[in-house]
Amino acid sequence: MSTAIADLHETPADLGVNYLNASYGIRSWLLTKDHKRIGLLYLATITLMFFVGGTAAVLMRLHLIEPQGALFEPETYNKMFSTHGIIMVFFFLVHSIPATLGNFLIPLMIGARDVAFPKLNLMSWYIFITGCAFALYATLSGGVDTGWTFYPPYSSSFSHTHVVAVALGVFIAGFSSILTGLNFIVTIHKMRAPGMTWFRLPLFIWALYATSLIFVLGTPVIAITLFLLGLERILHVGIFDPAVGGDPLLFQHLFWFYSHPAVYIMILPGMGVISELITAFSRKKIFGYSFVAFSSLSIAVISFVVWGHHMFVTGQSIYAGLVFSVLSFLVAIPSAIKVFNWTATLYKGSISYQAPMLYALGFIGLFTIGGLTGLFLASLATDVHLNGTYFIVAHFHYIMVGGAVMAYLGGIHFWWPKITGRLYPDYWARVAAALIFIGFNLTFFPQFVLGYLGMPRRYAVYPAEFQVLNVMSSAGASILGIGYVIPLIYLTWSMRYGPVAGPNPWRAKGLEWTIPSPPPTENFEEIPIVTEEAYDYPSPGVARV
Amino acid sequence: MSELAAHGAHPPGFAHQFETVSQQRDAATLGMWVFLVTEILFFGGMFMSYTVYRALHLQAFITGSHLLEVQFGATNTAVLIVSSLTMAMGIRSAQTGKSKNQTILWLILTMLLGATFLFLKFRFEWYHDYVEGIVPGVSWHYHGSYAPGVQLFMCFYFFMTGLHALHMVVGIGILTVLIVLTARNKFSPQYYAPLEISGLYWHFVDIVWIFLFPLLYLIGGRYPGS
Repeated sequence: MSTAIADLHETPADLGVNYLNASYGIRSWLLTKDHKRIGLLYLATITLMFFVGGTAAVLMRLHLIEPQGALFEPETYNKMFSTHGIIMVFFFLVHSIPATLGNFLIPLMIGARDVAFPKLNLMSWYIFITGCAFALYATLSGGVDTGWTFYPPYSSSFSHTHVVAVALGVFIAGFSSILTGLNFIVTIHKMRAPGMTWFRLPLFIWALYATSLIFVLGTPVIAITLFLLGLERILHVGIFDPAVGGDPLLFQHLFWFYSHPAVYIMILPGMGVISELITAFSRKKIFGYSFVAFSSLSIAVISFVVWGHHMFVTGQSIYAGLVFSVLSFLVAIPSAIKVFNWTATLYKGSISYQAPMLYALGFIGLFTIGGLTGLFLASLATDVHLNGTYFIVAHFHYIMVGGAVMAYLGGIHFWWPKITGRLYPDYWARVAAALIFIGFNLTFFPQFVLGYLGMPRRYAVYPAEFQVLNVMSSAGASILGIGYVIPLIYLTWSMRYGPVAGPNPWRAKGLEWTIPSPPPTENFEEIPIVTEEAYDYPSPGVARV
Repeated sequence: MSELAAHGAHPPGFAHQFETVSQQRDAATLGMWVFLVTEILFFGGMFMSYTVYRALHLQAFITGSHLLEVQFGATNTAVLIVSSLTMAMGIRSAQTGKSKNQTILWLILTMLLGATFLFLKFRFEWYHDYVEGIVPGVSWHYHGSYAPGVQLFMCFYFFMTGLHALHMVVGIGILTVLIVLTARNKFSPQYYAPLEISGLYWHFVDIVWIFLFPLLYLIGGRYPGS
């Protein structure tokens, strides 16, 4: 029996010497400077954080099955949604694709041996887990009830929960983002292989470059803002307290100056992943390479001048509101360019529907819904009606879960054979992708309707007439939860028992597919010389050799 | 050509992920500039808040500014500008291959000037403020005019100069490391990037002070009739 299993499944030795088996032991992982191993350290950490934040979400949805609330006191419910938001935004989504796939892939894709500053890269991970430790400590010792936005004066003067510990965790994790962004920018500028010009870079790299710009320019501002908030709370001085001349609106301006661009930190890397998946599984060159590349940069630039659309009803000047409304509409242009170009890439492509492609197609549909509903919210009059309702919740979950998480899972499935050297069962992967798509829509589409009907977000109770839609949403959440657990199981299984993948199971283009799976520690035996454009798949209609 | 030769010889400080020494130097320099950009945004949040509140509470900010000891601020400005000069001289000395003792001397001078700045700031300014009772949240006994606005000003005074002082402390730590490395002959005219990028950092911290000094100490006119 045991020999039969050994025959069926090759032992890891068959994969040759690679970055996973080059050295053993916990020390070799905790002190590694290899960007690939650091990517996996991040993967483990954010997976943990994802399931912590996800548990809070499941509990919230269970609570909302009944109009009077099925499970918690309202105070506990407040802590649930705050924990969910804080963990998911600051400790999962912001880091998800950049810190895992970005770390793993950037040097491979540009033909480098590592990122520019490997020690700094490892330090970023230690900073990140320190931040996570503060957040988890605060969660376990009673939680925080301010919502993920930490608005004063509630957070500074009235809340009796662990605001300082959580804010400190976010502050610390922010430095991890800053250093990762810095590392990526320098790596992309200075470490490209000969012949790897800017316009031969995979679009994933352009997307992460744009993301890194936001990391570097936005994150310091949230850091200093939370620093001021913490000092106000500890020293009982009034930086943002109107009682002593401070201005709570200033906090909101500073907060959203980072936190709106942070939305693009979450979605831009996802867009980069989708460009890779769409080309690989339709076997076509991307339609309009430079438009897709520059749309990433323009999204990053525009992201910094739209924050005021979060404050239409908070007392900012009506003229500021007008300007922010117009500027917010501008984001639709580069976003639409991407969607249209992906669609045009599919046209006459030789499409196959393996699991990563299912995620990519799901992304395009869900992101489009999320983006278009964003336009409702960018227009002033509509926003006055919809602000603070479940419409907002549904809108940003279509972007952050329907967009960013779908892309993250698609990317993980696409590069999993490269990361581990092994294949996962495609059938189960497709089942999971379908479950996630169905569960997601069932969870969040009813929330658009609820919001339109006027159900406010962040409430532990609701009028009985909203129960049907809430139960639908909760049912969807349980399907979604199962959809997320299945990949955890078969991906873990595949690390040991999956069939050996070979260097390029998808027959995809890109330097990362030219080296063995898993890659050797030094990535490339010799630094490659790049002579072709990105996505140089044979054109449709041309006979394939 | 010389770079290729240098690569073959693996000079001290050369890291495996780079192909050439100049690639490594360029990466380090770009990395420090990007870091300084993040620092500008970091301080920028404070400068932004300062600006908003100064516009809202101008008289209070002027009143608060007049509580500060301008002679110490001015002295410290001079101290920091001279320290930038000595830092630049230290880098120059390593770049042109002067004796390592000369480099170390300039670096120690820089460090001493930085320490002088901190000593003046803590001993004669912050301590004085503490005794006077104008430290918000710690020792606050101000009962003059515009009390809430003055407290806001003093908050920003302490947060901004405190954050700046923290950067000075980090800078002095970096200088200590550089002095040890110089003493161990780690640097040469071919490889002195750590000195150069630390110099960038030191100058940046000085420039922050150049903005802080007038914004905190010199607003509203110090003398009657001005």
